[in-house]
Amino acid sequence: MTEKRSFGFNTLAIHAGARPDPATGARVTPIYQTTSYVFESAEHAAGLFALDTFGNIYSRIGNPTQAVLEERLAALEGGTAALAVASGHAAQMLAFHLLLEPGDEFIAARQLYGGSVNQFNHAFKRFGWSVVWADAEKPESFRAAVTPKTKAIFIESMANPGGLVVDIPAVAAVAREAGVPLIVDNTLATPYLIRPKEHGADIVLHSLTKFLGGHGNSIGGAIVDCGTFDWMGGGRYPMISAPNPSYGGLSFAETFGAFGFAIAARALSLRDLGPAIAPMNAFLILTGIETLPLRMARHCENALAVASWLERRPEVAWVNYSGLESHSNHALQTRLSPKGAGAVFTFGLKGGYEAGVRFVSKLELFSHLANIGDVRSLVIHPASTTHRQLTPEQRTSAGAGDDVVRLSIGLEDADDLIADLAQALA
Amino acid sequence: MEHDHYDDGYIRAILASVRTFAMVGASPNPVRPSYFVMKYLLAKGYDVIPINPGQAGAEILGRRCYARLADAPAPVDVVDIFRNSEAALGVTRDAIALKDKLGLKAIWMQLTVRNDEAARLAEAAGLTVVMNRCPKIEFGRLSGEIGWSGVNSGVVSSRRPLMADKGVQNRKLASTQPKPENP
Repeated sequence: MTEKRSFGFNTLAIHAGARPDPATGARVTPIYQTTSYVFESAEHAAGLFALDTFGNIYSRIGNPTQAVLEERLAALEGGTAALAVASGHAAQMLAFHLLLEPGDEFIAARQLYGGSVNQFNHAFKRFGWSVVWADAEKPESFRAAVTPKTKAIFIESMANPGGLVVDIPAVAAVAREAGVPLIVDNTLATPYLIRPKEHGADIVLHSLTKFLGGHGNSIGGAIVDCGTFDWMGGGRYPMISAPNPSYGGLSFAETFGAFGFAIAARALSLRDLGPAIAPMNAFLILTGIETLPLRMARHCENALAVASWLERRPEVAWVNYSGLESHSNHALQTRLSPKGAGAVFTFGLKGGYEAGVRFVSKLELFSHLANIGDVRSLVIHPASTTHRQLTPEQRTSAGAGDDVVRLSIGLEDADDLIADLAQALA
Repeated sequence: MEHDHYDDGYIRAILASVRTFAMVGASPNPVRPSYFVMKYLLAKGYDVIPINPGQAGAEILGRRCYARLADAPAPVDVVDIFRNSEAALGVTRDAIALKDKLGLKAIWMQLTVRNDEAARLAEAAGLTVVMNRCPKIEFGRLSGEIGWSGVNSGVVSSRRPLMADKGVQNRKLASTQPKPENP
């Protein structure tokens, strides 16, 4: 086989990072269920700790099963390197830990997963990292929010829960003008639908818990370094560019170049903050990724069938799915995500709060729970569950009004899903 | 030849056939990239002769340092240039003049270092040229070691990587692609 041609997405989803085990010949990546790795000598240990020698030390910092997952994610996103961590939230914490000093700001789209809104508004504020909110539907609102303290811009490629496709190139242009990295959470789209690097992202984050793992069995997260941002220029990111005192004055950007951010995320942020992924979870997610292209195609197909059916129902007030031709976001979706609109969307019931509670309680096949991106179809009525503690006004502004139902469409037969929805609406 | 892209086979053939590097711009500072590369190449069984006028006569990683390429003892298979792109031309001219004395086979310019005129001259003199690449990264990619750091090696293969003869977490390169057993 010639090596000049590049491999396709399906091939990478199965093979990237995973050669047979050199010691045993095991073809499937083994679960390296170990905390630590023996040193050959004091000199070997010193080289590993100094980062001048490749290899594993301790599974809080890296593990061979985790490493295969990381290389696979980097390959699928077209990045230079990746770091897998305990959860999507951990990925966000580590990425911002490298970028922000106390007193700094970052701009984030208002249309985000609610857990991220909480993390940014509350936990991050205690670190002195201030979020400034912008409107993902108005890229110019990011430009207006830039100040001398801005260190990064954060968006979701497909926003949860509405499934809104964000104009990544337009926001990337703002980030470039401001001289700050664009961070894109690509959880809902996965690299099968959107590769944010191709649209100007510098860092891509994931909750691996969702479509990448895909089977609802493991929590995980990842940081992908696109290798595109110049960390040395301007000296605004000293964690990455400046001589680091805990590594004898090493500069990550200088020594590791295009994958300096990913290496610093491991060697500084993961090392010191600690949210490591379990080897078993890395294995399960890796196995899930092997079928990602097949699953995502079916997820999108089923979601479009269900959304189209709901749109025609008299009990339904509206359907917020960008895959529908009637949706205001449809043109952007077909431009940035031509293979589909994902499988998470919301719709409104005419009967309001009571109708929402009743509808969810009548479903048989859909699982009532607080996750998305599973082979199983999932449903939640945010007003009576995740957003229950908010006032009605707060719920509405968070996109979780009394009438809102969120679906995550799985891989069952679309006819069975529609039949279940029909009996619950009746 | 064209230097915007290299086949893995081209890089592997160089790394699998050479033994001695002369590293122009070697540093005794243990956090400099050149030190990382020199240490790794030594650990992989290559010999590395450091070249740096400021360190002449001293040792870097136990190897005697020379002021100029002309002072280096033969044989030298590869001149590895840790200087800027402009300076690479002069280093390459020196290397070409010493080609027969050193038994030189290749000119290698580090990541971010590229000088197309130097490449043209070196190739005209019969030398193999690599530019804007790091031999440590390339060895790490082709052996699979770099994947332990989550780095995208770009290598897709269902062949078992080769473990080095000694040590743990230590791999070597296949000298060439394995031949079929029953041709």
